[in-house]
Amino acid sequence: MTPNSSNSNSSHSRLDMLLLPASAVAAICWIALYSNLDQVAHLFVSLAGVPRDSGAGESLHFLIYEIPKVLLLLTAVVFVMGVVHTFISPERTRALLARRSQGTGNALAALLGMVTPFCSCSAVPLFIGFLQAGVPLGVTFSFLIAAPMVDGVALFMLLGMFGWQVALTYVLLGFLIALASGMIIERLGMEHHLEEWVQNLQKNTPTNQGAGSASSPSWNERIREGLASVASIVGKVWLFIVIGVGAGALIHGYVPEEFMASIMGEEAWWSVPAAVLLGVPMYTNIVGILPVAEALIGKGAAIGTVMAFMMSVIALSAPEMIILRKVLKPRLIAVFSGIVATGIILVGFIFNLIL
Amino acid sequence: MKQIKVLGTGCATCKQLEKLVRQAVEETGTEATIEKVEDIQDIIAYNVMSTPALVIDEEVRSAGRVPSIEELRQLIAS
Repeated sequence: MTPNSSNSNSSHSRLDMLLLPASAVAAICWIALYSNLDQVAHLFVSLAGVPRDSGAGESLHFLIYEIPKVLLLLTAVVFVMGVVHTFISPERTRALLARRSQGTGNALAALLGMVTPFCSCSAVPLFIGFLQAGVPLGVTFSFLIAAPMVDGVALFMLLGMFGWQVALTYVLLGFLIALASGMIIERLGMEHHLEEWVQNLQKNTPTNQGAGSASSPSWNERIREGLASVASIVGKVWLFIVIGVGAGALIHGYVPEEFMASIMGEEAWWSVPAAVLLGVPMYTNIVGILPVAEALIGKGAAIGTVMAFMMSVIALSAPEMIILRKVLKPRLIAVFSGIVATGIILVGFIFNLIL
Repeated sequence: MKQIKVLGTGCATCKQLEKLVRQAVEETGTEATIEKVEDIQDIIAYNVMSTPALVIDEEVRSAGRVPSIEELRQLIAS
């Protein structure tokens, strides 16, 4: 599953020719494996001699089934997104967003936020790059909120684990939060709550706009980018997944049925804001949190509460706030997190109401 | 004497790029100074929006990704 991205230079040209057919073969193997996971897990549990209906049997099955499932999904999704990202650079996105009016600009920013490559460690340079090019503050925020929350990886993982209704609702509501928050921040006119040096930058537009890649890459290069992102992302988050699935397996096997219903169920309305608060200091990848979410829902936790928790972990992280503090004054950070938190709480309630 | 700068706010990928750059410089036997630029205002001055970025002789050669060691060798040697 892990690609040999070491790119040994001796067999480079031969490797290039095989890249496309090899990807096709890998895709077929992937489908065969993925569609037979349940049987394989079942086989292993019975081989281990643990009765399926015991707590240990349930935990073991969850573990054997879930780890390869999440890893397979993740590998495929990260690869596809890695290839997609070669078509959209932050520079191109910025050019599309410059001098857009309110409303359409915010909507476009939220949409592009879902597909533009983004890492929270470049949040600040990106933020400034946008403002410098004349992208309005509110539009920039729409982008900044949508990017980590509704990224492609999250979307496809949700699709694979909870079905299309949940995935679609999540994306729609995430989009609306990004759109609305950006528009509110724009309306509040908070430009003077940027740090002074950023305000000064906004006044003088840069001389050269285009840094980064000039020529468009070939398909081989795109595939190689996809493989590279699999190597780096899967390599980074696999431990989160194992821990997440482990926690999920314990919940699955040993927490009594309907136990979660009382504290995270639909009747307990306060559990939504509580879940959001709980998510702020936590900073993990969406992929690590998904198995836990799946197990909690299986035990009667309300889906809206679990979704609110997930969104909060991803979109409202303390480390990102600290990075943003370099460009935003405390008041703007407070407004930003306040609006997003309110949005997420609303999403939790809406999810609980309709699903 | 080449002047190489690695721009990045200190995330894991930035450190990885710095390591690879040092390795590539050594392997190609290039005479170069390598500097890590971590200050945001200095990074912005290069008009870079995604880190890590690689600057060779004041020209941005890659941004937002870690090039392979092979690509780095070429970038540095050329």
